[in-house]
Amino acid sequence: MDAQTPRETPDVIFETKDLVISAVRENEPDLPIVKGVSFQVHKGEVVALIGESGSGKTTISLSALGYCKPGLEFSSGEANLLGRNIAGLSTDELRPSRGINVAYLAQSAAATFNPSIRINEQVTEAPVLHGTKSQDEANAKALELYGALDLPDPDTIGERYPHQVSGGQLQRLMAAMALCGDPDLLVLDEPTTALDVTTQIEVLKAFKKVIKDEGAAAIYVTHDLAVVAQIADYIVVLYSGEVKEAGPTDVIINNPKHPYTKRLMAAIKPLPEPGLGEATAADTGETPTLEVRNADAGYGQRADGQPIVKVLKDINVRVEHGKTVGVIGESGSGKSTLARVMAGLLPASTGEVFMNGELLPADLTKRTKDQLRKIQFVYQMADTALNPRQRIKDILGRPLSFYFGMSGSKRRSRVLELLDMVELPSQFADRYPHELSGGQKQRVNLARALAAEPEVVLCDEVTSALDTIVGANVIDLLTRLQKDTGVAYVFISHDLSTVASFADEIVVLYQGEIVEQGPTDMVLSPPHQPYTDLLISSVPETRIGWLEEAIAARHERNLRSADN
Amino acid sequence: MLSLIIRRLGIGIISVLAVSVIIFVGTMILPGDAEQIRLCQEATEANIAAMRERLGLDKSIVEQYLIWLGNFVRGDLGVSLASDAPIIELIADRYHNTVYVAVLTALIGVPISLALGILAAMFPGSLYDRILTFVSVSLVAAPEFFTATLLVLLFVFALGIGNAVVVGSTEGKDIFGLIAHFALPIATLSFVIASQLIRMSRAAVLNVMSSPYIEMAILKGVPRRRIIMRHALLNAIGPIVNVVALNLAYLVTGVIVVEVYFGYPGLATLIVQAVQTRDFILIQGLGMIFCMTYVVLMLIADVAALMSNPRLRHPK
Repeated sequence: MDAQTPRETPDVIFETKDLVISAVRENEPDLPIVKGVSFQVHKGEVVALIGESGSGKTTISLSALGYCKPGLEFSSGEANLLGRNIAGLSTDELRPSRGINVAYLAQSAAATFNPSIRINEQVTEAPVLHGTKSQDEANAKALELYGALDLPDPDTIGERYPHQVSGGQLQRLMAAMALCGDPDLLVLDEPTTALDVTTQIEVLKAFKKVIKDEGAAAIYVTHDLAVVAQIADYIVVLYSGEVKEAGPTDVIINNPKHPYTKRLMAAIKPLPEPGLGEATAADTGETPTLEVRNADAGYGQRADGQPIVKVLKDINVRVEHGKTVGVIGESGSGKSTLARVMAGLLPASTGEVFMNGELLPADLTKRTKDQLRKIQFVYQMADTALNPRQRIKDILGRPLSFYFGMSGSKRRSRVLELLDMVELPSQFADRYPHELSGGQKQRVNLARALAAEPEVVLCDEVTSALDTIVGANVIDLLTRLQKDTGVAYVFISHDLSTVASFADEIVVLYQGEIVEQGPTDMVLSPPHQPYTDLLISSVPETRIGWLEEAIAARHERNLRSADN
Repeated sequence: MLSLIIRRLGIGIISVLAVSVIIFVGTMILPGDAEQIRLCQEATEANIAAMRERLGLDKSIVEQYLIWLGNFVRGDLGVSLASDAPIIELIADRYHNTVYVAVLTALIGVPISLALGILAAMFPGSLYDRILTFVSVSLVAAPEFFTATLLVLLFVFALGIGNAVVVGSTEGKDIFGLIAHFALPIATLSFVIASQLIRMSRAAVLNVMSSPYIEMAILKGVPRRRIIMRHALLNAIGPIVNVVALNLAYLVTGVIVVEVYFGYPGLATLIVQAVQTRDFILIQGLGMIFCMTYVVLMLIADVAALMSNPRLRHPK
């Protein structure tokens, strides 16, 4: 912890000194989660805590509010907010500070807003309750913030309920909620991670502007170096509850010293630029492994057999043998629905699905066992996709018995083979899913799909819930398995960088329609469709100053399109 | 929103119809009929046949059902086989007692139970919470006659207040007079419903208390009492009203033991008498009234739960 250069400024808003926070366990000694962390946040400064899940970054950030998640407690060290050590104080002692001296912004605004209370009451609650503002003053402040955060209809948006505004708007409203009490310190915990990349840029811009205008200090918690480079003045790199490296943003980004920081930088995906993937459509004349023709699909059924809510319109996709088709789009674009149509979970209302030239029944229940076997699904959340009460060998053994009638030692040896394929040790066979890490669970999830020896694996956001380094390893594994087994992937993601680094072809979905599709290199090479262009330009670069350039470019584009 | 309520109403009507078929068929397949009992020794082939014709028993079962249902919808529940009195009058007589006790128990027992449960959720794991949990679990385990006996021993014999047997007319009594009159049955029933209400309201509020928006309220410095009353309770209304409705329905239909114990004539004892005398017309009428009580209360609970959901109350 000598990496932090002492800065001689008197205006320290928050600092931790050798802070230790531990998990309280029954009949066992406490387990330290945060192991002696020290850093400072100065007035008007944004300090980023960066690290993967389990690094203790959220736990450390919450210490600024004197708060520990249930099951954790402050063991030793100090957390000084405006010169007062708040570690271990009671809720009653902390209450006057919370919402006034220090305010919190969580990752998911959708979960953080009370669904039953109007937005304005929630935004103005803290200052009114603490008596630092009258309701009228708080309303005026909220109105000013709605405007500063570029929210639509600032006069009336507060009268709505949380479900009546979009996710990106709610995220900005949460910033208004945090800022309404004029806090000295803001704690932002992954506030843009759950957003689409095109929305993230707007929200980042709004955050950066209000933090600067209000003169607040901030702790910004994230795993995303590219975001950090745009918003932070100072970076603290955390691993396993310890500070590995700390310093000004430009130093850490341009000249990382610690091996872990270097690994983090190395795991950053290449930008989606021309030159990746294949250049031209390889029209081999072969029958595609999987093909979707003129498909429409949606939810609810009208009398004429058409869906009430149409999610997909006139979709045509070809998946060649042993190739990867990347499907990209923001949330609500219909990309998961497309996978469900392919798998037959949601029968297409019109159009057909073909497998090796043979027409597949639209409905999963009408497909033969062999047709089912050839298309396998891998879900985003391995946690919920794996039965918590089954051992790994049973999870992997089930498709073996179901599709191939395997049992006994034959089944056992195949399970071990599958574990080996996904680079997991054989003793995992007897473990339960909760004994595995997130990345390991995702490997089991993948092995289960491969157990069926499929021709196509539908991967729905399989790396989105994983940390950068872990996610990159899963992508490497997918690539190797494709080489070994010749399986084709439909790789669904909202993350263009991941798709671009991995897919042979890209399909860009927007509001249920394909706006562009073709070989990866072609899609990434200009000229772009306007929406593809927006997607590509929104992928954050790990370069200081990128955010300002991107916003300027977007502004210019809007002006140009307004002129036309 | 309106369409959801109409759909719930439709489901309610279908449930009532389904139950009416079960009640009708159920009473039809019971062995022996009332006329055999009423006419007993004097029963000759001829007057049994005459009686059957008067009751319409010679028609086909579907016809009988439709006639019965039609009469029921018009409010004609028929005439008791055992006493020749119109069913409506028999029921109306008893209805007062049952409804007085049910309403008074609801007015006293429900708010107190909910308050106790919510208070327990405010301080989970505290001494108060643990004592309340212990008491309410014990009450669930204790049968009604046991609770009633304890209350009678304590109040009537030890303290000399209240009536061990509820007798006398309720006419002309105001609400306090009624409470005094029915004090011990009300107390017994309050204990019975309290245990479930306390545990369910505590669980519903605690469930909401683990939501991220409650953590956010804590981090905004909102005091615990306001967190419960303003932030948590609104979102716990749905599950709570359902338990309340179930318990209210029980107060109308399931209080047989308490009625018998305290010896006051209510609807529950009436149906036992009807079964004893094989008065199937009375059984049918009471069965339908019990069923409709359930359906109406559940409907009210469903609508209340729908209304408490802001997504349905304020669509996009």
